[in-house]
This record gives sequence, C-alpha cells and structure tokens, in this order.
Amino acid sequence: MKFLQHILHEQKKNFLPGGKLEKFYYAFEAIETLMFVPDSTTASRGVQVRDAIDLKRMMMTVIIAMIPCLLFGMWNVGHQHALATGAAMEFMDKMIFGAIQVLPIVIVSYGVGLGIEFGFAIMRKHPVNEGFLVTGMLIPLCLPATIPLWMVAIATAFAVVIGKEVFGGTGMNVLNPALTARAFLFFAYPAYMAGEIWTVLGDQKANLVNGYSGATALSIAYETSSSGQGEVVAAMNNSWSDGLFSFWNLFMGVVPGSIGETSTLMCLIGAVILIVTGVGSARIIVSVFAGGYLTGLLLNALAVNAFMALPAHYHLVMGGFAFGAVFMATDPVSGSQTNSGKWIYGFLIGAMCVLIRVFNPAYPEGMMLAILLMNVLAPLIDFYVVDANKKRRLKRATV
Amino acid sequence: MSKNIKITKGFDIRLAGSAAATQSPEVHPETYVIKPTDFYGIGRQKLLIQQGDQVKAGSPLFFDKNDERIQYTSPVSGEIVEVNRGEKRKILEIKILADKENSYVSFNKYDQSGIESLSKEDALQQLLSSGAWANIIQRPYAIVAKPGDSPKAIFVSGFDSHPLAPDYKVIFKEDETAFQAGLSILRKFTSGKVHLTVHADQPAIPMFSNAKGVQLNKISGPHPSGNVGVQIHHIDPINKGDIVWTVSVQGVICIGRLFTEGRYNTSKWIALCGSEIKNPKYYRVFAGASVNLLLKEQLKQNHVRVISGNVLTGERIAADGHMGYYHQQVTVIPEGDYQEFLGWILPSAKKLSFQRAFGLLSFLNPSSKEYVLDSNTHGEERAFVQTGVFEKVMPMDIYPMQLVKAILAKDYTEMEALGIYEVAEEDFALCEFVDVSKNDIQQIVREGLELMINS
Repeated sequence: MKFLQHILHEQKKNFLPGGKLEKFYYAFEAIETLMFVPDSTTASRGVQVRDAIDLKRMMMTVIIAMIPCLLFGMWNVGHQHALATGAAMEFMDKMIFGAIQVLPIVIVSYGVGLGIEFGFAIMRKHPVNEGFLVTGMLIPLCLPATIPLWMVAIATAFAVVIGKEVFGGTGMNVLNPALTARAFLFFAYPAYMAGEIWTVLGDQKANLVNGYSGATALSIAYETSSSGQGEVVAAMNNSWSDGLFSFWNLFMGVVPGSIGETSTLMCLIGAVILIVTGVGSARIIVSVFAGGYLTGLLLNALAVNAFMALPAHYHLVMGGFAFGAVFMATDPVSGSQTNSGKWIYGFLIGAMCVLIRVFNPAYPEGMMLAILLMNVLAPLIDFYVVDANKKRRLKRATV
Repeated sequence: MSKNIKITKGFDIRLAGSAAATQSPEVHPETYVIKPTDFYGIGRQKLLIQQGDQVKAGSPLFFDKNDERIQYTSPVSGEIVEVNRGEKRKILEIKILADKENSYVSFNKYDQSGIESLSKEDALQQLLSSGAWANIIQRPYAIVAKPGDSPKAIFVSGFDSHPLAPDYKVIFKEDETAFQAGLSILRKFTSGKVHLTVHADQPAIPMFSNAKGVQLNKISGPHPSGNVGVQIHHIDPINKGDIVWTVSVQGVICIGRLFTEGRYNTSKWIALCGSEIKNPKYYRVFAGASVNLLLKEQLKQNHVRVISGNVLTGERIAADGHMGYYHQQVTVIPEGDYQEFLGWILPSAKKLSFQRAFGLLSFLNPSSKEYVLDSNTHGEERAFVQTGVFEKVMPMDIYPMQLVKAILAKDYTEMEALGIYEVAEEDFALCEFVDVSKNDIQQIVREGLELMINS
C-alpha cells in the first residue's frame, strides 16, 4: 500500500494550486479518496471524534442491496429469451446471455454519468459526490434489456444534467434522477419503452415458440379489462407459456419486464439489507406496500371492471411496484425528510401507483409516475409536518 | 412537583481511559490562562491590567464593554506574564504565572442565616465584582447572563453524560455547604423554581438529595440526558421571550464559596482521561490551569490530541496549553492524521458507529465495550443527503436538520419557529458526530445563535 500511497503523493503535486493540472484537482481527489480515506482530522472546536460512516459507505450499501436484483435480472433476461425462442439453455447459458445484454447498459450508464459528474466537479470546483454510484445502477435496472445503448447514454445525461446538476448537484435535486432518466425515455421514445420490447429476442425473431406474446402482466390486465370479458387472473393464467403469470411466478420475478424490477423476492432481500443497515427508510418501504394493498382492496370493493377487481396482492408483485418501493421511493434527497412525512409519502406512492395503473392504463407503469409525483409533493408534506411542530411550540407559549 | 423524565433517543460513546476514582495529590500548574473567547455573548473587552502587574485570585482582569458591571477576574494570584492578542487587537488569552501560595481578594463573608437574609442587590454586586457571575449562563443563546434579568427558572444538571465525563459522586464529596449556599443565592434571582436534575439510574449523591429549596427531577436515558438544554425542554421549555439561567454544579459551588468563604475560589477536581493516558485520574486545579504538569509522564505516546473538555464539545489545545474556563476534564486521544487504504468499505468492528451501514459492525459488540477513537474524520464533507438520523440522537421535539438548514439560509423567522431559543451547540454535538456528510453542525448552531443575538 505504501507504494500506491507514494505514487498518489507524487502525482498530487501536479494537481495542487500552482501545479500544471491544477484544474483537475477534484477529479484527482475523487480517485485518491477512493483508494485511501483522507488523513483529515476534526476541527479544533466541536466534535473531536467522528462516526466511522461516510457517504461512500452509505451509497455502497445501497449498491450491495441492489446486487440480488441485478444478478437475478441478468439470469431472467436469458431465461425469457429461452422461453420465447424455445432454445435449450442451462443456468450458466442464461446468465452469460443476460450479462452480455445487461453489462453494456450498466457500463454506459456509469460511464456517461460519472463523466458528467467529474466534468461538473472540475467546472464548479467542488468534490465529486457519491450520489451517482447509486443512480448509475438504478438506471439500468429500471430499463428493458432491449434498450439501445445510445438511448441509455442520453437518458443518463438528461437525468444528471437536468434532473440534478441544474438544481445544484447531489442533495439538491427535486426528482429522483434515475426515474427522471426513465421518464425521459418513456416520453421521448415510447416505442422503445412499451409493447413488444421486454424480451430480448435477438436474431431469433423468426423462430418464436407457438403463441408467443410479449405482453407483461400489466398489459394483460389492461387488455382484459378494456375488452370487458373475463377476469384478469384467469387471463394471466391462460398465457402462452404455462404458468408464466401465476402469482408465484410474479413474486419470484420469472416474467418479462425491466431488467431489475421483475422479482419481488429480490427486492425484498434488498429491502431487508436497507432496513437492517438503516440506510433505507423502513417507514417508506412499509407504507408504500400498505398504500398499494389498501387501495387495491378499496378498488376491489368498488369494482366495475376486471382491472379494479384484480386481487389487491397482485398489484404488489406486478411491474415495478416492489422495486420502486424499495429503491426509488427511499431516495432520501427526493423523498420526504420527516419521519411522519415518510409514512404519508410512502402511503400515497402506493395508492397513486394503483390508481394510475387502474384508471389511466395508457401509463401501465404507474410506479414511476407515482414516485415522481410524490417527489414533487414531498416538500409540501414536510412543510405541514414541520408546521405542526412550529404550532405545538407556539401553543406551548400561550399556556 | 418533581419530574421523572425518560428519554430514549441519544447515544453513549464509550471510550477507553475513564478516570479511576482516586484523587491524586495536589498539583501546582505554573501558569493559568483566561480566554475571553470562552465566554459567549461577551462584547469587546476593556483590559484592566498589563504585563507585569501583580493580581490576586478575584482581581479583575477585564470587563465587558457592553455591561461594565460584569468583571472577569483572575482565578489565581500571581504575575501577569503575557497578554496574547489576535486580529484587530482582539484579546485571545491572559496568562498568569501563579504564586506558590494562592492569595485571594477578600469579599464579604456570610454565615448560613446571613446568606438567607442577604438582599438580591448585595448578592448581585458581589457576584459581578468577584467574577463568579461568569458561571451563570443564560438560555436562549447559551451566553453569560445579563445582570438585570430575572429568569423564569434556574436549571442545574446533576450529572455529566458526555464521554469520559467526571463522576460527580467522586468529585463533589466535600462541597455540600458551598453547594447549598450557592443554591440559596441563586434562588434570590428567580421568582420561579431552581431545578436540579439527576440521573434516575445512578446512585444518589448526598449533596443533591439533601439540597434544599430546589425541585429535584430525575431523568433516565443515554447522553444527552445530562445536557441541561434537554432537561429544560422536558421540564419547563423556553418559549419566545422567556429567559432561564443554567449553572453547572461546579458553578453553583463557586458561587457558594464566594459567600461562605468570602473569596473567588475556582478550585475544582478535573478528570484527566482518554485512551492515551497511562493512569487516568482526578486532579485538583483552578480554572484555566496549564495542562503540561498533568500530562508529564502520563502520555503513552506523543502523537496525540489533547482536548480541554470532552470529545463531543471540547476544544483542541496544545500539550502545554490551558484548560477552558468551564471545562472539567482533559481528554487525550490519538491524532487521526493517517490515510486508510479502502477504509470507506472494509468491514470493521473496531470503529465505533451509531449507524449500521455495510461493514460497520460495532453494533454487534457488547454495549460495555470501550473504544479507542482518534480524531480522523472518516470521510469528507458532503452535501446533506441522509435524513432521519439526527432525530435519533435529538431527544427534543425539534427538527434538527430543518433548524440547521434555516440557520444556513439565515432565515430568522424559521429559526425562531423551529426552536432555536431552546438549543445550544452542545445539544447538536451528537448530530455532528453521526453526520454522514461531516458538517460542522455545532459551529453552524453557534452562528445561528449569534445571528439571533444580533438581529
């Protein structure tokens, strides 16, 4: 390690004021601090010791929580391909097939995002914040595996520049940057974000199995409901591949969908990691599920069409509900910041998601819009929560 | 009606090197220092002495130009050897070379009934001219109290919950008379109550359980239960326009001695503690003592940080520096100016963390484990990202993050509405400790208090 420390120490001179690469100091600093935690010490007045946590570790914890979703997603990309084409693939074949599809998307997302982050850090002379480490992984996981790489690149650029940097960078953004990227693609290139795009068919488009359809559970629910015939669950059980949309399959995530979002089980593993480490808010995760489930039950009671009659627990395993609840809604910057606010914020995300799905099926992925909407409303929720605290204090004064 | 308060929010930082319950033989530090910067709320000072002057314990050194009645006096007798000034000739410290035998300015002395019958005006006069007034701190703002005010209540915290803080059971054995006299004096200044709050789970200290004329409250829970601000919040909170006073136990004793002994006697037991001290124990010194004699042959190594006070609210001083006026411990920890390879991700159970993010395993250790912590910041300063964690160490009905942001925005209305009158920087020390983004929260809070004072 001494050797590495020595190299960095030697190179640092060039980046310090007066050095020939002075402008790039913060880029150098980002790399140096990634290797070595800096030797900075506490100020002379104030706390003399500090907690061992830092932002890098916190962000890394979120990435670790996403790894189950990523690995499962890679396998599932391969598995869906095998199902659709009837190809005989072993576990490793599916993993490798999936990795070939998914890893380039991850690399493009990180490459473009970090490039812009470093650029802004150099331009604005501030340290590189670690926030993008998480965003860079969230973006691939919420996109379909068939997405062209250039789209990943511009969506990431849009998310970082318009979603984050224009507001002042990490910690200042209003919207969740990863969802900003997804929403950008959803509205700018709808043909690539809906329809027959969920399964990677590759050059096998001509050799699909009999009766193959690229529909997802949500689109089946919509079709059934708008045709006015039959029940959604029956329609899902009657899909082209035996048991593809059974509740169990939806829970496990062996269905077509965005790369990381299909498996509720993997999301729940991530949720456990986030809650145990205290990095993600249990209040938000629990209340999103509660909000979705209770709204589902309410719609069941009032059901006038097949989608409204869909059993409430199906909503929690379909589409990106679980992924959004665990990884998107819990973003501390764009979410509600007060403890009571988090309950309200989460509950409304769950409720809005189900309402959007059922009543506005033009946007089958209600989760994305529900979270973005609540991102905008989170400061309002906090305002009222904090205002109640202020009123309590004033009331105390007059007694 | 004494109150029983239970708080659950907070965090006890257990450090290695707590002072053994033995009191060492007397030490005589050679020099003493009074730093005007220790006294918050003080205006520009008028210096009353110059280098070479002889002073006694209780001789005025300077007064506050905002209120000339408040005199700041010498804790010991001796010769003024140095007046250190900073920018714009601001006085930084006044150094006194102490006599072998301390001689005191004599003030009026009273017996018990004399103290009871003493008028408020006479008591005030003696407190102001002797320098003992500096022990009375006003909330809001945590500044030296103003002589004209009559506070709605006075609060004394009967224990210190900071890391490695001195055990009051050990250091306050022999001061019962002075303590009681101090309380009697303080009672003259308020029409309300004098509150004394002790920890519910610690053995009772006779001086406190015998105290007369006070409301004895109990509080249980982790640090910051010993912070007087937390106690005020739960007993009789400060609203806009309210003034309360707080005095430390040591301060009450100093005030009491002024009237029972007729002299300004700041003598106190302090704890020399921390992981880098060979034999952590108690020493008896006057306020502002030099630490070099205490540290002599007590340091395990030389690359250390010497702190006047505790690790949460203290101040770094040189190894031959001097203690702050209000401090009752000297903590010595390793200096943390080293780089750590991949230290931001490698798992460790040795590093203490309130949080449990990946690899921070200290929560698995038994709660009695004592840690050796150094002064490394363990990361760089960042924008505020994490939410909800400050609330876990803030046992008041206050939104700490929102208040800190209001201060940064210099939004006076928000600061007031969010409760800045109730807090001092020490109440935010744990927030600063747990902060992922490594902001200097206490400094921000002090800036907020200054803004409010000057508004």
